[in-house]
This record gives sequence, C-alpha cells and structure tokens, in this order.
Amino acid sequence: MARVLVGVKRVIDYAVKIRVKPDHSGVVTDGVKHSMNPFCEIAVEEAVRLKEKKVIKEVVAVSCGPQQVQETIRTALAMGADRGIHVEVSGKDYEALGPLQVSKILAALAKKEEAKMVILGKQAIDDDCNQTGQMTAALLDWPQGTFASEVAVEGDTVKVVREIDGGLETIKINLPAVVTADLRLNTPRYATLPNIMKAKKKKIAKVKPADLGVDLTSRVEVLRVDEPPQRQAGGSGTGVESEECTDTQEGLCLGDGPNQGGPVSHGDWDKPEPEPGPEPLCVCDPAPPVSTESEQWDTVL
Amino acid sequence: MALSGRLTRAIRLGSFIGTNRRLIFNRIQRRGIAACIDPSIGLSDEQKEFQKVAFDFAANEMAPHMADWDQNEIFPVETMRKAAQLGFGGIYVQPDVGGSGLSRLDTSVIFEALSTGCVSTTAYISIHNMCAWMIDTFGNTEQREKYCPDLCTMDKFASYCLTEPGSGSDAASLLTSARLEGDHYVLNGSKAFISGGGDTDVYIVMCRTGERDPKGISCLVVEKETPGLSFGKKEKKMGWNSQPTRAVMFEDCMVPVTNRLGQEGQGFNIAMKGLNGGRINIASCSLGAAHACVQLAKEHLMVRKQFGEALSNNQFLQFKLAEMATKLVASRLLVRQAALALQESRADAVPLCSMAKLFVTDECFQICNQALQMHGGYGYLKDYAVQQFVRDIRVHQILEGTNEVMRMIIARSLLMD
Repeated sequence: MARVLVGVKRVIDYAVKIRVKPDHSGVVTDGVKHSMNPFCEIAVEEAVRLKEKKVIKEVVAVSCGPQQVQETIRTALAMGADRGIHVEVSGKDYEALGPLQVSKILAALAKKEEAKMVILGKQAIDDDCNQTGQMTAALLDWPQGTFASEVAVEGDTVKVVREIDGGLETIKINLPAVVTADLRLNTPRYATLPNIMKAKKKKIAKVKPADLGVDLTSRVEVLRVDEPPQRQAGGSGTGVESEECTDTQEGLCLGDGPNQGGPVSHGDWDKPEPEPGPEPLCVCDPAPPVSTESEQWDTVL
Repeated sequence: MALSGRLTRAIRLGSFIGTNRRLIFNRIQRRGIAACIDPSIGLSDEQKEFQKVAFDFAANEMAPHMADWDQNEIFPVETMRKAAQLGFGGIYVQPDVGGSGLSRLDTSVIFEALSTGCVSTTAYISIHNMCAWMIDTFGNTEQREKYCPDLCTMDKFASYCLTEPGSGSDAASLLTSARLEGDHYVLNGSKAFISGGGDTDVYIVMCRTGERDPKGISCLVVEKETPGLSFGKKEKKMGWNSQPTRAVMFEDCMVPVTNRLGQEGQGFNIAMKGLNGGRINIASCSLGAAHACVQLAKEHLMVRKQFGEALSNNQFLQFKLAEMATKLVASRLLVRQAALALQESRADAVPLCSMAKLFVTDECFQICNQALQMHGGYGYLKDYAVQQFVRDIRVHQILEGTNEVMRMIIARSLLMD
C-alpha cells in the first residue's frame, strides 16, 4: 500500500517576540524557543489520520537542517509518524536553505521512498514563502492540491477541497500527488505520553543532500533584514478638517493612549475614562494602532 | 458621542475580558520565557516532550475555563478524561494496568506544567494519581486488574480518605474502625475534608483494624455505592473550587476483606509512602502557579504605566521580580531533586520530600502573593487570574501534612543521626 512523506520544518515558535540581529543579517535564533511549524503539525495530523483510516500504510516525517531538527521529527513521531528522515544541512547551507533547495530534496526523497503522496504545510511561519509544495510538485511532475481544507483519497485519485480567495474549490487529482495543508484541514492531536515514549524507539535515518544528488546553491542573497517601520502617532480633529492633535490632557484627546491603564483601562478612578476602542479619538502616544479587539489585547499583553 | 462611546465600551469590556483571559494564557505558556526561569532547562528531550504536551493541554483545555470552574464550582469531568486519554490518569502507574509508567521527576514536570492551567484541577488529578498508584503498588493482582485500568482512563475517579474531624496532623490517632466479621470488615466512623468526596467512585480509606497505634491501621478500598457510605455537605472553600470537598461517613459499612490493600496493619506504612509522592506533587502544583504568576507579573509591569513610565523601570519592582524569579528557580530545583531522590529510593528521600513541600509551598505562595500586589487594584479583581492562583495554592501549605509537620519530620531526621 501507499507511503506518505510529510515535510516538517523547525521554526521559531509563533508566540516568541522576534528580534532582528544587530548586524541586520537575519533574526536572532540562538536560545530562542523553536517548535514545529503549525501548518506542518496539521500536515502530520492529516497523514496520521489517513493511516488510521488504512488508506496509507506508512508515514515518513522528513526535516532538513542541523541536529536540532531531530526534536521536530520526534514530535512528528510522537503524533503517529512511523519513521523519520533527517536531511543534514548545517551552517551557511542551512542559512541559505530555501523552498527551491527543500523541494529538490523532497522530490528526490519522494522518488527514493516511492511515496504516493507528499503532504506539506501550506507555508512556514518564518518566511511565509508558500512555494515548497508547488515547487516539489513541479519537480516531480505530480498534480498538486494546495491550501487543502479537506482531503479524501478515493482509490487512485484524491479529492481536495481548496481554500481560495473566491471561496472553496474542489478538485480531483491523480495519485501520486502533493497536498499542502491549510489551517482548517484538521486540529492536530496532542501527543500522548505512551506515544512520546514509543517515539523514542522509532528510527530517524540520516541523509546528506549530496547523497540525493541535490545542489544546495542558493539563487537568492539576503541583503538586509529590518523590523517593520514603527507606526507614527496619528492625529485627528473634531470636525471636517483634520488638525494635528497637540492636547495631551482630557478634552479633545480623552486621556492617554490605550496602553496607559492596565488591560481594563480605567486610568485614574476620578479622571474620565480613556477610550480603548478600535477607533480612539486621539492616539497621542505612539502606540501601535488597534484595529480589532483581539489585537488590542495583543499589544497590551 | 462620548456617551455612546461609553455604552459600547461597557459592552466591549465584557467580551474583552472573555477573550482577554484565553489570550493571556496562551501567551503565558507560549511566549518566549526568559532563559533563567525556563522550566525546560535541565530536562531530557523526552521530558521536554512530556512538558510540552502538558503545557499545551493546560493552555488550551484548562486555562480558558479556570475562572468558570472556580466561580461555578464545577468538577471538570470531561476535561480530566481528556487528560487521562493523554496518559495523565496514572502517570506513575505500571503500564500493564493502563498507566504511563513514568518516573517521579517526569510526574513533577507534568503537574508543574498542568498547574499553570488550573491549580485546583491539577491538584485533584495528582490525588487521583496517588490513589491509582497505591492500588498498583500495594494491591494484589485482582485488585490491580479490577481498579487500575478504570482509574487510569478516569472512567472512575478516586479519593483518598485519611483525615478525620479529630485527627489531622496526628493522623495515626485516627478512629474510623474496621471490625472483622467473617469475610467483611464493618466500617464505622467519618473522614473530613475529602477531595472529590461524593463525586468520586473509589475511596481509599485508612481505618483501624487493630491496636491504637500506627501498626493497627489498615487500608481498604471502598466503592461508592456500598451501603453505609454517605457524604456530608459540599464545603465552601477559599480556593480549590473545581473539586468538591465533603465529609465521608461510614455507618456499618460492609467492605469485603478482599478490598484490603496489603496486610492488616500495613495501612499507615502505605499512607506514609503515598504522602512522600503526594508532597512532591503538591509542591509541583505550587510551582506551576508561581511560574504562571511570575509571567503575569512581568507582563503587567511592562504594560502598566505610572508616574510617566512603565512599572518595569521601577527599581524596587525590578528587585522584587528578581527575588520572585530566584525563589521560583530554587523551588523548582528542590522539587526536582526530591523527585529524583524518591524514584531512586535514596536515604534522604523522605526528609527531602518534606523539605521540598515546606519550602516550595511557602515560597510559591509568597511569589503569587507578590505578583498580586504588583497588579495593584486589578490583582484583587476576579477578572484577573492572579487572585485565583493565590487562593488556590494557599491550601498547599496546609494539606498533605502541614508545613509545621514538615518541620517535625525534618527535625526528627536531623536529630536522629
């Protein structure tokens, strides 16, 4: 029966505050918490579900990078993957590793492992490229079902419901195929304690890109990495004409910006309460703007 | 315009607070933790995986409901069963009867992480685990096979009955009697402050079968529907509100002799062994609460502004935060060392567990209390989690052996040699 290859990427954890390196060559990764890319978790979950439905026989988790990516492969094993492949890439090669190189590696592995399907996350949260799945399919000359919110294997074909800008598109593609997972495909399971212990015994094979005949030279050179520009203070007026707001007391600008008080902005008990809403009358502090409620809490907390 | 602004604000405030709490907790668990207080330091890769699962479970399944369980005194059966599916129902019970077979250190790490989601529920899960372990360790084959699988999946819940109205710290003076009549014991007496009492299915009861000394105490497993078993009113507590606490009464309650764990007279020994692990578990729960509170305090200091600047620029508060972090790390090291000592059956295991319980419950309460103080007036509101942590861990200084009794145990160990 079929074997599925699942690509998992070790990325900086989504909740970590990203810092740019002082030399602007990249972001700080040393000592920063890393975890599996959330879309890759969804991909692993889908592969394990297919195995549980007995549609496929074996789930192989693949990751490219230095020694640390083995943690990510182990997490995939704890979720139910059968074995792992660690493609060793380190140092400068790892820093330059991009979708083109990874898709060449995955294509070579898919052929070597005789995989029927390659399931990937739609994109990684560190580079947001959204290219690896598509490139892998092109290199293999396989059909692709990207942004999948539903995957149903029917014999030698796969029905994929794709989330596109216009809504939901259902396509039927032949196996072997590449599928990339979107957010609503499934909810990844928690690894159970027994599975984590079983994962220790599962094998992770080590492979070098050269063994797969893959050339890792990058065609892209990162010139500089910067933080997004700080939002400037805004101003507004009381009437049709907008004037620069200079009044920092009560009155035109109701107290200081949304960050003044605690999360429930009462400010001082006897002063008029500052407006914490999505449309503050005046943002006198150069505070990050708020456009939705949840973002407000995002900044405050 | 200002008026409508105020009205909409009032409505938004309610939903703010709702989304607020879940977002706070997701961020506590997942935000980059300062390396010095990172709880995953020093753990093996496998332990880090266990910890990750426990943190994720706490953040997603427990923390969003923590306040609701507390305010409405809900015993979260479904959530605990979900935890049991992950293996948290019998963490240090042998795998052949459904447990996860992990070590005491693994258990401490797991409870510490779960506790950041809800102290009260995690504490109950730890009591349940202790009961399952007792049957697993001291029971015979039939007892293990009869009770442990259901306890490990939390199809059935357990309670531990040692304390009585007249015997708390002086546990050996318990009066609940078990008179042997043929192939049954007849139980008479009452137990007080039983966690889960009335809502749980299996009761591990320490009772007197022999003389009026520790050697006269035996351990019986009593099932819920046994005639003669009844419960008092649900107690109203300062914290630990997600688990019901009731008195448990025995009136000519007939329990088969086959339900006795171990030998007659072995009960006190079983109780003491159970308490060593129980003390590490309770200390671990305090650790989790303190960890969460340090994160909450840090976030608040960075956001709250007074006198023109963020509180985090205030040296006194910086020093206070540093002290809290130091005590947290010291506590964590002591608990983990005690867990290691217990799993390796070292000579210092018993006093070290007592030291850990004493030090950690006291220090972590101070940490949580200080975190509440740093929140100012907001810390006193039930909208903020910090007050629930303070209320919930206050009792850890009292149960599983009061901190005064811990001093007795440590002093005895020191003066014995």
